[in-house]
Amino acid sequence: MARFAMVIDTKKCVGCMDCVVACKTENRVPEGFNRDWITTEARGKFPSVQMEIRSERCNHCDNPPCVHCCPTGASHVHTLGGVVLVHHELCIGCKACLASCPYDARFIHPEGYADKCTFCIHRVEKGMDPACVAVCPTHCMYFGDLEDPHSPVSRLLTARRYHAIAPEAGTDPQIFYLI
Amino acid sequence: MNELTTTRHNELIDPFVHVWGWEIPVYLFLGGLVAGMMIIAGYFFIKGRDEGHKCICYQIPLLAMVLLSLGMFALFLDLEHKAYVWRVYTTFEIKSPMSWGSWILLLVYPALLVNFLLHVPAWIGDRLPFLNHGSRMIRSIKNIKRHVGKVNLVLGIMLGTYTGILLSALGARPLWNSAILGILFLVSGLSTASALVHMIAREREESEMLARADNLFLTIELFIIALFFIGLLSSTEVQIRSAMLLLTGPYAAVFWVFVILMGIVVPLFIQNLSVSHRIKHTPVAPVMVILGGFILRFVLVQAGQYSHYLNAHFIK
Repeated sequence: MARFAMVIDTKKCVGCMDCVVACKTENRVPEGFNRDWITTEARGKFPSVQMEIRSERCNHCDNPPCVHCCPTGASHVHTLGGVVLVHHELCIGCKACLASCPYDARFIHPEGYADKCTFCIHRVEKGMDPACVAVCPTHCMYFGDLEDPHSPVSRLLTARRYHAIAPEAGTDPQIFYLI
Repeated sequence: MNELTTTRHNELIDPFVHVWGWEIPVYLFLGGLVAGMMIIAGYFFIKGRDEGHKCICYQIPLLAMVLLSLGMFALFLDLEHKAYVWRVYTTFEIKSPMSWGSWILLLVYPALLVNFLLHVPAWIGDRLPFLNHGSRMIRSIKNIKRHVGKVNLVLGIMLGTYTGILLSALGARPLWNSAILGILFLVSGLSTASALVHMIAREREESEMLARADNLFLTIELFIIALFFIGLLSSTEVQIRSAMLLLTGPYAAVFWVFVILMGIVVPLFIQNLSVSHRIKHTPVAPVMVILGGFILRFVLVQAGQYSHYLNAHFIK
């Protein structure tokens, strides 16, 4: 069983938003909506300030609240890699999953169903990287299988220090940020 | 200083979650109200206090069906993918309170219908004579009133509790991270239902009893609200910040004035005077209780959506 995850090196990310544009193009994300986005976190007081730039998206959590709360089973965990997906034709648009996500990663597609990052599963199933990872000009993003100890994601998480976003929410997020 | 900047601006999500507007609080309020009415009707049947056809337990089911249908219509209006609504009845998702609620609602309607058929009012029976036939069939069942009472009681408790659990199961919203919301909404439903039924009761004895019951429910509600805050305030930072939204933050004025003062404390005071016959019964106190229960749902739904794990630091 694979467990797909993403590792993003915040030391290399410049916040160029190529990942955002690639996602919108690849997945035809409607105007005004984003499946991925850039967050900039600044801490401290000038001149001693610290900044972290992150490319963020659905965390494809191991304990996904959006899947648990779904009344129709539209939100589900894919058999390959634990990717969290939505069956559009099962979704009633009740928005419980939007409210249950600590990362606010979901939105309502103009056609009425809940939409979000899919880890570009249609590309991954063909052996390709997700679009955002494939286009990153600084090569700060890595996609792979955490069950495989030799995958780049596993090796980076062994070698480097990292953090996830709001792990205290108990969702077991699968996007890791190298620091 | 800690500053978060994002390039995302998704509708309903940014700058803070506001996926649910007026529809969900209206549904939660009407669901709680109907749950309370079912429990009250169930109590009268189980206690055998349904002598004569003036008993309030015969008037409740029709009104409850109308109110619940209005609530479910509000719920339907909130759905974004309306044509697919039937999908909730093609599965049962054990971890989803919404799925539980959908199936509970499917049981509530027949239960209310059977309760209604125990005594069909003449103005309906004259126009729709087949209801009188149904009524005769239902009444011929042995011990039917007791059975109806028990079913009302169980389904009422399930319906009232689920409306709160629906919110508390959404882990990302710290204000809702308390299972006591289920009990709070159940008791609030009982107090608003007592207030409504008190106003429409024809028997003076029943009306008095419901006013006394309402005072008890309002007092319990105050204690449960206190427990709700004790739970949040003794939890982690995000829960503490979310409690502050209601206690001192942007929702504090509405919460203290309309929910606690005008919705519970003042009507409790007025009803205490009226049940001890120092002042006359008027609709003032019950109407305040009903509005207070309505605003409680509103303020909890809105403040709950505002509460957050990531921007908790920025809520003062």
